[in-house]
Amino acid sequence: MTGAESQPPAAQEEQPTHDAQPSIGANLVQAIVRGNSVVVTILAIALALLLGALLIAFSDDAVLSKFGYFFAAPMDALNAFGSSVSNAYGALFRGAIVAPSTVSAYAAGHATASQVFYPICLTLADAAPLILAGLSVSIAFRAGLFNIGAQGQVITGGLLAGYLGFAIHLPIVMHLVVAIAGGFVGGAAWGWIAGTLKATTGAHEVITTIMLNYVAASLLNYLLATSAYQRPGQQDLISKIVRPNARLPLLAGTRLPLDFGVIVAILAAVACAWLLSRSTFGFELKAVGGNADAARTAGMSVGGTYALVMLVAGGLAGLAGGAQVLSTSTSYSITGGLNSSLGPNAITVALLGRARPLGTVLAGLLFGALQAGSITMQAVTQTPVDVVTVVQALIVLFIAAPPLVRGIFRLRGSRTGGQDGALAKGWNG
Amino acid sequence: MAGAPRPATHREPLRETTLKLELRGITKRFGPLVANDHIDLTVSPGEIHGLLGENGAGKSTLMNVLYGLTSPDAGEIVVDGTPRTFHSPSDAIGAGIGMVHQHFMLIPVFTVAENVLLGRESTRAGGFLDRRAARARVRTLSERYGMQVDPDALVENLPVGVQQRVEIIKALLRDADVLILDEPTAVLTPQEIDELIEVMRALREAGKSVVFITHKLKEVRVVADTITVIRRGKVVGRAEPDATEAELASMMVGRSVLLRVEKVPAAPGEVVLDVDRLSVDDASGHRVVDDVSFDIRAGEILAVAGVQGNGQTELTQAILGLCKPVSGAIRLSGRPIGGRSPKQVLRAGVGYVPEDRQHDGLVSSFSVADNLVLDQYDSTPFASGIAFRPSVVREHATRLVEEFDVRTGSVDAPAGTLSGGNQQKVVLARELSRDLKLMVVSQPTRGVDVGSTEAIHRRIVTARDSGVPVLMVSSELDEVMALADRIAVIYRGKIVGILGADASRDELGLMMAGVGEEKARADSEAHPSVMTLVELQHEHAGEEPTP
Repeated sequence: MTGAESQPPAAQEEQPTHDAQPSIGANLVQAIVRGNSVVVTILAIALALLLGALLIAFSDDAVLSKFGYFFAAPMDALNAFGSSVSNAYGALFRGAIVAPSTVSAYAAGHATASQVFYPICLTLADAAPLILAGLSVSIAFRAGLFNIGAQGQVITGGLLAGYLGFAIHLPIVMHLVVAIAGGFVGGAAWGWIAGTLKATTGAHEVITTIMLNYVAASLLNYLLATSAYQRPGQQDLISKIVRPNARLPLLAGTRLPLDFGVIVAILAAVACAWLLSRSTFGFELKAVGGNADAARTAGMSVGGTYALVMLVAGGLAGLAGGAQVLSTSTSYSITGGLNSSLGPNAITVALLGRARPLGTVLAGLLFGALQAGSITMQAVTQTPVDVVTVVQALIVLFIAAPPLVRGIFRLRGSRTGGQDGALAKGWNG
Repeated sequence: MAGAPRPATHREPLRETTLKLELRGITKRFGPLVANDHIDLTVSPGEIHGLLGENGAGKSTLMNVLYGLTSPDAGEIVVDGTPRTFHSPSDAIGAGIGMVHQHFMLIPVFTVAENVLLGRESTRAGGFLDRRAARARVRTLSERYGMQVDPDALVENLPVGVQQRVEIIKALLRDADVLILDEPTAVLTPQEIDELIEVMRALREAGKSVVFITHKLKEVRVVADTITVIRRGKVVGRAEPDATEAELASMMVGRSVLLRVEKVPAAPGEVVLDVDRLSVDDASGHRVVDDVSFDIRAGEILAVAGVQGNGQTELTQAILGLCKPVSGAIRLSGRPIGGRSPKQVLRAGVGYVPEDRQHDGLVSSFSVADNLVLDQYDSTPFASGIAFRPSVVREHATRLVEEFDVRTGSVDAPAGTLSGGNQQKVVLARELSRDLKLMVVSQPTRGVDVGSTEAIHRRIVTARDSGVPVLMVSSELDEVMALADRIAVIYRGKIVGILGADASRDELGLMMAGVGEEKARADSEAHPSVMTLVELQHEHAGEEPTP
């Protein structure tokens, strides 16, 4: 009975006969949508911030030197540790939400309202593309697809939105609408390629989207050097400037970076929420994600759903690209910076948001805040911005391994470990 | 058994007598679920002990405890008067317990002898595998217990029944004195079941004991010396093999059950489904449905009987448009539906209960309500345009759950939390709630408890009586014989013959093994099977259960 050891004990006989092996996609959906309780998510964030604190303290020379004679004067070392961490996270907070000193200065008449609201507006502006790209990954997750290609879709969306922004003349409002729609179309086309390949040939979307990311990145570099895109008189890779009619309007005056992109992100989230819970397509999408075989047996077109989901997901990522290119944050132009870490961060945001629209919005806001605050943090305390990247990465790590978090906090598992671990172990198949 | 030659490599000291096995107060919990609740069980040497219970009653958990796969929360395992703790199957094997799982643990591309060698490879000088000794051992054992197994045959070429014997030999070679057979008959033809019964008896003659786990009343009565019935994790009673099926069934279910489906003779109408010379290939190009023709009339049930894996799955999939036929025609009320998409076929009025409901019939993460509209979510009244209407879906679900007696906490509960029988009721309710021209049902009661089986059978007959033709695929002979108006026997993709409802069990069994219709009839009359003989005896003794 050599094989017997590997036979898992039949924990519940209620599910007899066939232990249908769920696909990786279905496992993912299970793990992401159901596997993590809100508690685990919050604890994962707390744990990541805690480890980030250690990193901040031990990258601080002052703290290190105090720890050099820890046993002689332990309080010195601990005080240095505490002040280093509180300075860094304090700066992070001031850069991301609000700085108390500015508020009191404003109360005393020494600062303007813009200065008070600047940090929170920066957070919102940073969050918009994260939310849009996060929604892209989330909606694909729900259909059991792993959209690694948000990055490429951001680029193609940005390229088309930008081109429509500077190459054509249209009246006000209409030009903006066309440019934003261009962003959706550009990304949607890129996503649709991966979806259709999966539907017709079975090519795994993880592979195809990763490859399409490279294609899109090269396309960006190529196009920015062509006369159609490149700004006249410039040698570096920067596009022509988007015409004023196609620029995302600023929402809170010229001094604050908040533009219409945030509204686009919120509208997209609302649309996704409706799509998932109240549309026949959402039903189809979730059925395919939950059990593609049953969906097929019930008459749904699984391949068609894959293609359509990837089209929508690509479109959302494309909107993120468009929102960047048409925004003040990029000075209304396309640069090589369009190929940033937005794609990978979008995956993180979707994971943290448990692939739900509201969750994705909240996760996008958190990451936007971390991003916005990290700049102030570096400026004030010389703590490298990378600490924030590490914290983001740790959050994902803990989200992906709920049993780890439960173990650390001695929580009782709401369900058996097998399913929760599916995300962590699902990739060897 | 004392004095019989034993393999040289065994680990335990020789036992003078065969072992007596006792389970005392075994309790096993999974969260709030008590899978085993203070179970006591004694298996005496040289007895066949039937362990009877429904799916989910706790049989497999109990055996997993006994085999060291899970550890009990309370209670002890006593072997020959000594309490033992099994941390792993190897402990259990060391104590003389062998297990034959429902799903075999064999390597298909190895020969029988090589499979038997696995995990206990003995080598000759120089590290060469001692294949010759393994072959000899397989031969000795198979002869001693009347099992015909060729040690040099590749496992993948063997019929399921013979593969099962290889598993039994594996256990015997590891010195097992108690053999646990977990639902051993589920995958066998009636003839193979007969042969297995002979093997079990031979084992008993040799002083071994057998724990025979099953939910089939007939078999346990035929072969067991003692029967223990468990229900909801508790031992609810012990019975002698002369207990009637009705007695056993009511013990197993906890109430009296109607074992026979009551139905009036069919009143067949016009031909609704016409399958004409249909052939289907599987993904690797093998012909799995081979030139099959039949038709079904309104108001009759045509059962396709056969051992699993003889093309039934592909036949139903071809009708539903889930796989493309190579040749042949399928007509529904005269209109060709071959080659249509599943959606078109479903919309044309075909209801479908797939054989594997968890795999193909349900999205287990979806609520019961959503599953009840899985194939009509985009048509009125459940959708208007592209908007899905959850409130209508819930109303619809509330009505169906009531009508079909689906036991669920709420229509919003995920379908995966329901028991097998209730899941099947959800699928059946979904299909029967549509306006049907034809009903295709595969393995309607596989893994379904006796109580739900009764309800599902009644539903199928009701559908027939309302004029819907039913194509039922089943590998359970009892089910086929209880429900069918006509029986088509399928073997290796071909229809061997189409018989009337009065066909005998043995005749069907032989045909399921590929024997032609004429010969099957002659043979079955000349050599009735063990099961049939026992049944006849009971009938003569006036013991046939009256519900």
